[in-house]
Amino acid sequence: MKYVDEFRDPELAKTLLAEIERLLPKIKTTSQRPLQIMEFCGGHTHTIFRYGLEQLLPKTIELIHGPGCPVCVLPMGRVDDCIALAERPEVIFTTFGDAMRVPGSRKNLLQAKADGADVRMVYSPLDALELAKKNPDREVIFFALGFETTMPSTALTVLQAAEDNVKNFSLFCNHITTVPTIKAILDSPSMQLDGFVAPGHVSMVVGEEPFHFVANLYKKPIVITGFEPIDILQSLWLLIKQIAEGRCQVENQYARVVATGGNSPGLAAMASVFELRDYFEWRGLGSIDQSGVKMTEAYSHFDAEKKFSMPNLKVADPELCQCGEVLRGAIKPWQCQLFGSACTPETPMGALMVSSEGACAAYYNFGNLQEIMTLKEKSIS
Amino acid sequence: MNSSPMRKRSGIVRGQSIDMSHGSGGKAMRDLIEDIFLGSFDNDLLAPLEDQARIDLSLLTAQGNRLAFTTDSYVVHPIFFNGGDIGTLAINGTVNDLAVGGAIPLYLTCGMIIEEGLAVDDLRLIATSMKTAASKAGVKIVSGDTKVVERGAADKIFINTSGIGVIPAHINVGAGNAQAGDVVLINGHLGDHGAAIIGARGDLALENNIASDCCALNHLISDLLKACPEVHCLRDATRGGVATVLNEFARASEVCIKIDEKALPIRAEVRGICEILGIDPLYLANEGKLVAVVPASYAQVALEAMRQNEEGKDSTIIAEIFAAPKETVILKTIFGGERIVDMLVGDQLPRIC
Repeated sequence: MKYVDEFRDPELAKTLLAEIERLLPKIKTTSQRPLQIMEFCGGHTHTIFRYGLEQLLPKTIELIHGPGCPVCVLPMGRVDDCIALAERPEVIFTTFGDAMRVPGSRKNLLQAKADGADVRMVYSPLDALELAKKNPDREVIFFALGFETTMPSTALTVLQAAEDNVKNFSLFCNHITTVPTIKAILDSPSMQLDGFVAPGHVSMVVGEEPFHFVANLYKKPIVITGFEPIDILQSLWLLIKQIAEGRCQVENQYARVVATGGNSPGLAAMASVFELRDYFEWRGLGSIDQSGVKMTEAYSHFDAEKKFSMPNLKVADPELCQCGEVLRGAIKPWQCQLFGSACTPETPMGALMVSSEGACAAYYNFGNLQEIMTLKEKSIS
Repeated sequence: MNSSPMRKRSGIVRGQSIDMSHGSGGKAMRDLIEDIFLGSFDNDLLAPLEDQARIDLSLLTAQGNRLAFTTDSYVVHPIFFNGGDIGTLAINGTVNDLAVGGAIPLYLTCGMIIEEGLAVDDLRLIATSMKTAASKAGVKIVSGDTKVVERGAADKIFINTSGIGVIPAHINVGAGNAQAGDVVLINGHLGDHGAAIIGARGDLALENNIASDCCALNHLISDLLKACPEVHCLRDATRGGVATVLNEFARASEVCIKIDEKALPIRAEVRGICEILGIDPLYLANEGKLVAVVPASYAQVALEAMRQNEEGKDSTIIAEIFAAPKETVILKTIFGGERIVDMLVGDQLPRIC
């Protein structure tokens, strides 16, 4: 397949791996501990597992799978709010498919649908707006979630709704921001990251500039990266090269998609529709300052949180869940006491088991389970 | 007493759409059956319109020593799609469920649950598709039932077909028969049906020309079994795709199945749809894909026999079977890395970013 297979070329992968191997002896610290490199985005995590990249890398490189899966980090209380909205008889609740199985404290959206709530899967917020136009006697709510990647499409949909004067459409806004979260990870005392694989799709919207603080302030190399296996291997090579040469820079491996300045019409739409929240609650990570957005005053009539009352309760994660430690890279998924026993993709307890982009689900679905369970037994005893 | 002309039924369905009277057991229903179903499915066993088909046992025992008996319900949405419709599916699906047991499919029954308002022309098209599919597969529809339900109680039409076939005495295929050293064959491209349905739904605004692979596999299987009676396992990879079938084999036979990603036949269009939606073609539904496990020494003979068949011309080897790790399906990726291919959890949901 054109424009895809080029980025999945096994020969190219071999060359890149050989180059990485060649550079590693130049990095002194690798004799004491492996290099820790975090891929922030769940899309990268998925590619790494789907193509078995981790096994191909030298043992001196350890990949830490970051919190960049918006479905995974959604707190249980917000899911409960979704269900409360969806169960209102006048409401058609629209959502991306991934969010259907995220556990709330009582049930998930799939169960709410089975119990009679009108929950519909859409592939774009514009589909939800279309649904609102077709059903003027119903209230259509779009469950907006995702990082900056999905914000422009939501923002443009709201602008369209305003232009068309659609009154029965609103957003339940759960968009979250990348940069404050990366900062929170870097500030975590237990972290000793050596480099960052930066999210390609987020960068496509925000550009390169927002990542400069990682290199300048925190002195960590960071490479904006695409989602094909060769993209990831090339980025790892660029990161290792920076480390070997003692450089800390923002580099753009994904230049075929990411422009230096990002997507200015998208950013403009986001700026008019969204503003930063003081703080937002992340599942597993807790509250992070300015890590979410809400709707601006000018568009507050499209804000489901203002339009409808909802429980808005904070629900604690299950006590034994160690999602937070996994998200921070403090433990591997299989070191969590629930992994593979109480928490599986069929019955997820923790958020990271829910979406195929979650680190735990990736280990469970794609990893060698027997090997993982042996490791788990060892780590418990 | 002779019935007056006024009391005679027309034998033709009146009106444009099915209504509750067509399921009432009265004249309208009789007209429906005579006009649409008898017209299409006409055969000596159905014609008497008794409450049951009466089948001569000696005809069955002459062909084998075991009866295969199966049932399946068809609720596909939408009911018409590129490459078939719910009628084609209802015949081929049940024929295939019989054939993968090594049986010669013979007789089908057909139960229809119709939502009031279904266009009579649509029903006629579906019945015609069933007739064509049945005659191609060489099976007879020998008994049927029709119910009409209120609007909203069903979605246009649901069809159940049950079928019987006869398994010849020397045939013994089963999911638990796979052994280390066997190879896995498939008769063509993965995921065409799933992709065709995604296209037909249209809610993704993704246009494609992919046709469903919906077909009867019994002739292909018969040719394969003739050339290679040593076939260990047969399944048609429907819901859950090839990945699910291989997991079933691996569990039942307590073996490891190692898929070669490079060897998987997938059309560029299907790959494209999977890329956009973030779904894995290994799990995409098929309606005419045979997964066969044969000893490696028979692989070439089996492949050649399959390739002689219209339904098997793209047959190829996709996986090998090993003793360990037991009950595991592994994919050898194009990079030489390995990953587990597990059973699917829930529906395949597209990733959001």
